[in-house]
Amino acid sequence: MKTREYHAARWSEPIIHELTSPGERGFIPPRAEKRIRDRVGEAPSLVPEPLRRRTEPGLPELSQAQVLRHYLRLSQMTLGMELGIDVGVGTCTMKYSPKVNEGLAQMIAEVHPDQPEETIQGLLEVVYEFGDMFLREISGMDAFSFQPPGGSAGAYNNALIMRKYHQVQGEPWRDEVITTIFSHPCDAACPATAGYKVITLYPDPETGLPDAEALKEAVGPRTAGCFITNPEDTGIFNKHIDEWTQIIHDAGGLCSYDQANANAIMGVTRAREAGFDMCFFNLHKTFSSPHGSSGPGSAAIGVTAELEPYLPVPVIVKRGSRYHLDYDRPLSIGRVRDFMGNLQAVVRSYAWCMALGAEGLREAAEVSMINNQYLAEKLRQVRGVTLPFRGRRLDQARWSLERLKEETGVGVQDVNNRLIDYGVQSMFTSHHPWLVPEPFTPEPCETYSRADIDYWVEALKTVIDEAYADPQLVKTAPHRSSNHNVVDGGFDDPDRWAMSWRAYKRKRGGVR
Amino acid sequence: MVKMSQPHPYIPNSVPEVKREMLRLVGAESADELYREMIPERLLMRTQMKLPEALPDELGLRRHVESKLSRDVTAAEYTSFLGGGCWQHYVPEVCETIACRSEFLTAYAGGSHSDLGRYQANFEFQSLICELLGMEVSGIPTYDWGAAAGNSVRMASRLTGRRKILVPGNVSPSRLSIIGNFCGSAHQGGGLEIRPLKMDPGTGTVDLGDLESKLGEDVACVYFENPNYLGVIEAGGAEISALAHNVGAESVCGVDPISLGVLAPPSDYGVDIACGEAQPLGVHMYAGGGSCGFIASRDEERYVAEYPLRLVSVAPTVAPGEYGFGQALYERTSYMARENAKDWVGTTTALWGIVAAVYMSLLGPKGMREVGETILQKSHYATALLGELGGVEVPFKGFFKEFPVRFTGRKVKEVNRKLLKQGIMGGKNLTREFPELGQSALYCVTEVHTVEQIEALASALREVTG
Repeated sequence: MKTREYHAARWSEPIIHELTSPGERGFIPPRAEKRIRDRVGEAPSLVPEPLRRRTEPGLPELSQAQVLRHYLRLSQMTLGMELGIDVGVGTCTMKYSPKVNEGLAQMIAEVHPDQPEETIQGLLEVVYEFGDMFLREISGMDAFSFQPPGGSAGAYNNALIMRKYHQVQGEPWRDEVITTIFSHPCDAACPATAGYKVITLYPDPETGLPDAEALKEAVGPRTAGCFITNPEDTGIFNKHIDEWTQIIHDAGGLCSYDQANANAIMGVTRAREAGFDMCFFNLHKTFSSPHGSSGPGSAAIGVTAELEPYLPVPVIVKRGSRYHLDYDRPLSIGRVRDFMGNLQAVVRSYAWCMALGAEGLREAAEVSMINNQYLAEKLRQVRGVTLPFRGRRLDQARWSLERLKEETGVGVQDVNNRLIDYGVQSMFTSHHPWLVPEPFTPEPCETYSRADIDYWVEALKTVIDEAYADPQLVKTAPHRSSNHNVVDGGFDDPDRWAMSWRAYKRKRGGVR
Repeated sequence: MVKMSQPHPYIPNSVPEVKREMLRLVGAESADELYREMIPERLLMRTQMKLPEALPDELGLRRHVESKLSRDVTAAEYTSFLGGGCWQHYVPEVCETIACRSEFLTAYAGGSHSDLGRYQANFEFQSLICELLGMEVSGIPTYDWGAAAGNSVRMASRLTGRRKILVPGNVSPSRLSIIGNFCGSAHQGGGLEIRPLKMDPGTGTVDLGDLESKLGEDVACVYFENPNYLGVIEAGGAEISALAHNVGAESVCGVDPISLGVLAPPSDYGVDIACGEAQPLGVHMYAGGGSCGFIASRDEERYVAEYPLRLVSVAPTVAPGEYGFGQALYERTSYMARENAKDWVGTTTALWGIVAAVYMSLLGPKGMREVGETILQKSHYATALLGELGGVEVPFKGFFKEFPVRFTGRKVKEVNRKLLKQGIMGGKNLTREFPELGQSALYCVTEVHTVEQIEALASALREVTG
């Protein structure tokens, strides 16, 4: 297999402010009709004097085609999943988002969340049924909410349920949560934001997992619960997970399962049998809603019947054949997000599950898992690549380029900068800290064909061969991407960082 | 192991021969065998999931979902006067085009070379919203106004080392619930204390006397909104900020950015941290899924250090005249610092930020002024007409886009039920949220409403309340 002669779009596109041409208009908003103007008078007179805007905002002035062209060029300089083979972007489950679902999601574009219930029965039905028919079966949990608008928001939501639960139980002193270092950082950061002290367990260097003894030492009378990913970011499934949840339960805590990425275990193993009290699925990962350049996403949170009263309001309930928004839930944590969350994601995920059914979902899981075994077979044969910890991985694996770095001086960041020259998105390395040196985390989910995986490995292999033959070539990459490298960008320097064009102009004169 | 009756279009390796061959190459007989190696028998599902029958053909799937959603009525099909945190505005077609671009729709975690355009679009959102707000720093937007406000008051608390937050009674109760969750703590004696401020019942604005009496050296910030949830313009913004500054507290203000072509930017009235909701800027309502919260401030190191958001910074590349992008003080974020981070950050609403950037670029300074003027005039025309009706009162003056309407002889529920029969979605019922306003509903009038629709509302209400 030969790598492609790829070159990314390079438009050298200015910042939109630099394209301004005074007087041009990109859009004319509707104006108030004459009858209205005659009755109410000039608009500024309607604003209390101290709050009137006195100077125009410094927005650019462009005609419509020029605005469109600018943003189309920016889009062309973005290697979205639909254009590439995102096998390298692990933990993110870069699967295909079926185009038909975009049109279906668009059907709710002009729905207001506070419309009378009788006008949105169809939408409420889709959302309710997705939780009731699909996610309950997939997880074994009893009730779902879709209010958290992203994975981390799901973890935060579960931390709030945990907090409220212990308060209601009369055990407010429980202020410690336990997580593992290979669980997503939100499993530490979100409980911490909710006021918890976070205890992090580190893995055994052989197995890649902390052992149960470490967990037993960590629990105590202040244990509120745990936040754990399984399989972890390493792709390793904790075989003792049900013993772990038992240890937490014995200590009086609750167990929250981070199932942001559950792609290889749909129809295979469930949160309930593993003993969890709560879980969340990222609809923008496992359930195919597009990632949107980082949102809007959605976390479907599932809880056991015991925790159902704590779900955020409103909860969609079914009475007879009608769906209602139930706000009257005295134990609810209240809200984590305005309205009902990102329901366009729920519509897409419902359609995706309907297209697959029980067999198809299980097939998606099996194929993503088999793809990963296949990828592993191929990667093992690539020079400079190693796989820390023993045993098979489910959907993804955390590999290392430590040997390559030792032998050539070329590290994973350099490899990433070169990989994109072959039309392949840069790899996800690892969350921090980097326990695995020079890490990368591929996840060849069910979207990718055997040929896709072969191409991806070929591209990586080509870059690694280059690193051994001519390290400078890789270290000075990219050579065929949309721009060149920034050297010392001042991103940590208050005198140089610039989070807006006006700050850039002030600090650097804004001259190209 | 599943044996699919036919390969699925979303799963290339579901072709049975390919799946078998790949299993052979990894030295396994079946998927089950591999699973058993990784997952203990006791945790494996023994039976197939019980789910509805699959609809693998696209037309059948489309019909199935459409048959449910097409039963619904959208706000655009009826005439809707609903607002309250999610508003019906016109979405320019160019916004639609960019929102649907494969590249932006399906990008996620690529680097700043291969996703250069995404980084630049994120940066431009920050730049453009800063122009509206009169600020110099913003980040990739967060979930919604409530989350932005929650993060903002936590920033203020860390900046001042204080734990008391003053919040007036005219903020949205659901937003207040979100803020309250951000302020609570599992640590006993920890957390931030929200102290409510009175609303002046005559004006709907913050009661400045009450504010003054509650301010002290232990207050981290005053959080207020402009326009507030009830649509009222907080004309005393400068006084609120000055009073806060007098005791060393931060002034935090939530704003609706579509007002900022006609309303003063929060920087003009002393606001230190601005936040709000970008959904009005070219994003559809999506039943609440269009929400997009932003945070902005001056460019001072102590503020920047407290942001939870990803902050995209521009910098020159080695090629003359070319830009590159990176993330400022990335070590603060939860991706780096886990439990020691500034709150947390995750997958939020980047796509809506990009769409909002397109919107602000299209409208420019004149378009933003004009859309604001149109909204002011149309909403005031509505109150002028409704004010003439018997049994209807419009209690507050000096508003933008939204206003409570009080019914003296009818219940809101009944009024709305009758309006709905005429194809009108009346304002949001406020009787639970603001019982002190009596039988009131929050009406929202934007640039999408025609003079005829506003007049039709007035005559429908005349009929209903007469």
